[in-house]
Amino acid sequence: MTATAETTTGSRGSQPPVPDGAVTVTVKIRRFNPEFDDEPRWDSFDIPALPSDRVLNLLHYIKWYVDGTLTFRRSCAHGICGSDAMRINGVNRLACKVLLKDLLEKGSKQTTITIEPIKGLPVNKDLLVDMEPFFEAFRAVKPYLVTYGNEPTRERIQSVADRERFDDTTKCILCACCTTSCPVYWTEGSYFGPAAIVNAHRFIFDSRDEGAEERLDILNDIDGVWRCRTTFNCTDACPRGIQVTKAIQEVKRALLFKRV
Amino acid sequence: MSLALDKPRQPRRPAARRSNGELYSWLFMRLSGLLLVVLVLGHLFIMNILDGGVHKINFGFVAGRWASPFWQFWDLAMLWLAQIHGGNGVRTVINDYARKDSTRFWLKMLLYVSMVLIVSLGTFVIFTFDPNISN
Repeated sequence: MTATAETTTGSRGSQPPVPDGAVTVTVKIRRFNPEFDDEPRWDSFDIPALPSDRVLNLLHYIKWYVDGTLTFRRSCAHGICGSDAMRINGVNRLACKVLLKDLLEKGSKQTTITIEPIKGLPVNKDLLVDMEPFFEAFRAVKPYLVTYGNEPTRERIQSVADRERFDDTTKCILCACCTTSCPVYWTEGSYFGPAAIVNAHRFIFDSRDEGAEERLDILNDIDGVWRCRTTFNCTDACPRGIQVTKAIQEVKRALLFKRV
Repeated sequence: MSLALDKPRQPRRPAARRSNGELYSWLFMRLSGLLLVVLVLGHLFIMNILDGGVHKINFGFVAGRWASPFWQFWDLAMLWLAQIHGGNGVRTVINDYARKDSTRFWLKMLLYVSMVLIVSLGTFVIFTFDPNISN
């Protein structure tokens, strides 16, 4: 074993006392340090955890008390900011929304939790990926109100029914769970991906917006909605429960029948 | 839309630049798929199950079949639809999986050439088939 500059201690010092009812779980993490590694490698940690813990708590435990070099994103830790999307046991989830008790093996078998960075985006370090290609696709669909002509003197009124049409797609938190679960996005970086289409949908079907035609033109191109194979990975991955595949189908229908 | 004079510096609505190629290819896959279900299953049933199945097929059987414009059209439609449907499917597979632009280009060229070759050879045979051909 060659000596490296990596530390093997956590960033918060010694381990805290193990609480009652804790079980030992193995957390297997796909890691990559661009300064030392040529290839990603797997690291395993046996750590104590409560069934009521979230996967994010396990990552915190490793970073704080076992290996301070573990790198991942998280901000609010409550499923709102969408920072901690990762592949947990092979499916894209927010680490702060998955409870350990839902991953525990039945009986007395040792539980192993596999954690990888989300696929299809360049890995910067460990679980931290470069989100820029994802946001580039998001910006390409003009995810903001587009209007022409004079601004009204009062607010733009909308009926309840008109608001209802795009209600589902307003919930997106841009965590990239859906886009990086899409097989078409993995193999071909130029597909806009589900998240961009969801955010285009949010404005295309907004009665106050006048940019639907422009967005539909963008999504009609070779990298747009027609690359969708309706595998439903995106709908399954969405931590906000957005019917992503349905939103993509609605955009396809709007293009097919030239009607928003 | 209001007059441009109302607000001279407002952004202009960009001209539509819709290219419907991908839309048509998507639509074609659905429609040709439906037609192929009828054509191919019908073909399979006639050739392999109906009286005697596959053992009845010989030169005479094919010659008798292609004497009718209906079966000529059936086979022609099946050839064209299956070839373009399959070719379009492989095109999307190449688009998805080819990593380099040059690989993508050459694989697609190979695909298109093979499609044109098979479609034209098949069409040629159907229309110029001579039942009285001598050995």
